[in-house]
Amino acid sequence: MNLNLTLIGQIITFGVFVWFCMKFVWPHLLTAMQEREKKIADGLDAANRAARDLELAQKEAADQLREAKEKAAEIIEQANKRANQIVDEAKDNARSEGERIVAAAQAEVEQEANRAKEALRKQVSELAVAGAAKILGKSVDASAHDELLDTLAKEL
Amino acid sequence: MAGNSQEYISHHLTNLTYGKLPAGYVRENEDGTTTELTEATWTFAHGGAEASAMGFNAVHVDSLGWSFGLGALIMFLFWRMAKKATTGVPSGFLNFVEMIVEFIDNTVKESFHGRSALVAPLALTIFTWVFMMNFMDLIPVDVLPTLAMAVGIDYMKVVPSTDVNVTLGMAIFVFALMIFYSIKIKGIGGFVAELTLQPFSAKNPVVQAIFIPVNFFLEIVALIAKPISLGLRLFGNMYAGEMIFILIALMFSAGIALGLMAGVLQWAWAVFHILVITLQAFIFMMLTIVYLSMAHEDH
Repeated sequence: MNLNLTLIGQIITFGVFVWFCMKFVWPHLLTAMQEREKKIADGLDAANRAARDLELAQKEAADQLREAKEKAAEIIEQANKRANQIVDEAKDNARSEGERIVAAAQAEVEQEANRAKEALRKQVSELAVAGAAKILGKSVDASAHDELLDTLAKEL
Repeated sequence: MAGNSQEYISHHLTNLTYGKLPAGYVRENEDGTTTELTEATWTFAHGGAEASAMGFNAVHVDSLGWSFGLGALIMFLFWRMAKKATTGVPSGFLNFVEMIVEFIDNTVKESFHGRSALVAPLALTIFTWVFMMNFMDLIPVDVLPTLAMAVGIDYMKVVPSTDVNVTLGMAIFVFALMIFYSIKIKGIGGFVAELTLQPFSAKNPVVQAIFIPVNFFLEIVALIAKPISLGLRLFGNMYAGEMIFILIALMFSAGIALGLMAGVLQWAWAVFHILVITLQAFIFMMLTIVYLSMAHEDH
């Protein structure tokens, strides 16, 4: 329990250890730890940023995909519409062509009938004239009775 | 048995002392004869009586040796780890060292508000070193002294922190730092003012003049009490713990029943002591930080 030189010895020893710790131990450890801390923080930051970038890219990709789909649907719709249009046009053309052909045929038929009627009328008038000549016994001057004949022919 | 146990205890509490015996001191030899020293001699003390006769001119070789050895060991380990520490992934013992360093760094940051390159390494040194010195308490009390006896060393007290010289030495070092930083930060005038102008102060210069000696007395007591309580607290705790280990160890020689009980007690006290040694190391460190923080505060 005696106080003696051990006290002094311990003070010196303590001083030496504190100096050693201050000089060679503490700064190295703390610097390394702080640098590592910073490194880890940076790494985490970068990871966060990358995750955010990825999210943005995914969103953009989804947007583009959706847009492309919309555009494709639009194109298909347009194509369908165009096809219908072409079919309709073709139908219209066909119908009008048919009508035109039918109309032409009818006109021809009518013309033919008219012509036949005309011929018939002429023959009837000639027959009438001939009949009349026979009945009257003399020829009828066609030119003198042209007017009468024409009226007759028209009445037939 | 009584005489034996007394001997056993006092043997355990005697340091291996190397010191200067004064001239005219009568030494008792082992065969019972006596020798009177004709002149002052530096020698190893044979027992407590000679050690006290040496007075201040003596060194507790065991305390100082163990404390230096343990300090050197812990400093070496930390130094190696400090060299190994990189910004890469830490592993193994380095993890443990960094855990301690971080814990101490946080503690210092919380309690010490100045800027100082000294306080944190000082706290680390105190914590690890005091812990190591206290840790020697957990080694069964007879192991190392018996080994020492086998190689011819009569006395061996292996727990440096049960030596009041060691704990007071550390406390005095801390005290010196307190004084140094008080004067460095506040100047001599500021330090003297701190000692004399509070806690009582008055506007009236005459009353103030009366207060100065009162203040000085109070403050100086408070100041001196700090290192003494710091050193004696650690010493008292460790000494008492060591004493209980010695008393338990005494029971081992008292028959099987008591021996078994002693085994259980030894185990229980050792487990409890793990808490005590860590706590005492922490308290010593914490108070040092607080005292130095107070020394850094400028009013």
